[in-house]
Amino acid sequence: MAKVRGAIVVDTVTCKGCSLCVESCPTDVIRLAAEVNAKGYNYAYMENPEACIGCANCAMVCPDSCITVYKVKVAEAV
Amino acid sequence: MALEVKDIIKPENLVYAKTKLLTERMLHYCPGCTHGVVNKLIAEVIDELNIQEDTIGVTPVGCSVLLYNYIEIDWHEAAHGRAPAVGTGIKRLRPEKYVFTYQGDGDLAAIGTAETIHACNRGENMLMVFINNGIYGMTGGQMAPTTLEGMKASTCPFGRDVEHDGNPLNMTSIVATLPGTCYVTRQAAHTAPAVRKLKKALRKAFENQKDKKGTSFIEVVATCSSGWKMNPVQSNKWMEANMFPIYPLGDIKDV
Ligand SMILES: Cc1ncc(C[n+]2csc(CCOP(=O)(O)OP(=O)(O)O)c2C)c(N)n1
Ligand code: SF4
Ligand code: SF4
Repeated sequence: MAKVRGAIVVDTVTCKGCSLCVESCPTDVIRLAAEVNAKGYNYAYMENPEACIGCANCAMVCPDSCITVYKVKVAEAV
Repeated sequence: MALEVKDIIKPENLVYAKTKLLTERMLHYCPGCTHGVVNKLIAEVIDELNIQEDTIGVTPVGCSVLLYNYIEIDWHEAAHGRAPAVGTGIKRLRPEKYVFTYQGDGDLAAIGTAETIHACNRGENMLMVFINNGIYGMTGGQMAPTTLEGMKASTCPFGRDVEHDGNPLNMTSIVATLPGTCYVTRQAAHTAPAVRKLKKALRKAFENQKDKKGTSFIEVVATCSSGWKMNPVQSNKWMEANMFPIYPLGDIKDV
């Protein structure tokens, strides 16, 4: 169905677990991990990677520029 | 066949990455702080306009005092509230440079009110970025001139009482009335659409300098989750419900 697929890479060292990316994702891809990073923050990760459309909304709102975004066009499955 | 994440994460599929103008330093701001988003957007715009070598920023006193550590351009640190005066000096000596100031509401709208108004009134050909989080973030969340009526701060724990403390000061509306300003807008950075709009406004403001139009003034209605004592997501919701009615978003002046 999906015509595009996306993926994000979160810099888990600099992520501060603010959750703004989680809120901004239109397809509910991101969650905060139960584990914490060295600074003690529950960092963001892709919980539902198949749902990512590579829109970069999460990266736009991230105050700490932790998110890198990738996107590919995929042939429509019939 | 299902596409795997590792097939998507390839250089040729890259659509967004941290701009190279941001240094490797980790930002000192609290989680979710609007300062981080605006710092990043300024870096992106300078990069996209390819004016890194020709841009001089002036940092304030406040939480963003260390901004000069984060963007790879030339900087000058100003005393509290004096960024517009310092920016004026730089721009007059080096009119070919792109100059911008970056200030919080305590800096720009309290101790620096005179500098703000006179720089705008003289129409100094520079950009002034105004981060309005309604509070003195750095020093512990004291009431600012911009604090909303009824809003709690450490120096008004029962909420701002306008009888006693005066009314919230709307600097952006004031500077829009001055003939020296060419572009005055109020923006936010809490959602992806807001971020995209703010970035456009920043780009336009830098371009206005090339056209010698006068002062561009961009207010960003912002949060301070530490000072407001809410988490970043709650802070954004509170800002939408309470700040936006008093500080409505949009262009106020564009000549
Ligand atoms: C001359 C002078 N007076 C007072 C201070 C103390 N001071 C430091 S930051 C600040 C207010 C900062 O608030 P704001 O400009 O709103 O920025 P924020 O920290 O919220 O980003 C004050 C009063 C100072 N550093 N210098
Ligand atoms: S917006 Fe950035 S800092 Fe905040 S949780 Fe997401 S990746 Fe981490
Ligand atoms: S105190 Fe407020 S303004 Fe300062 S860094 Fe923290 S959230 Fe940002």
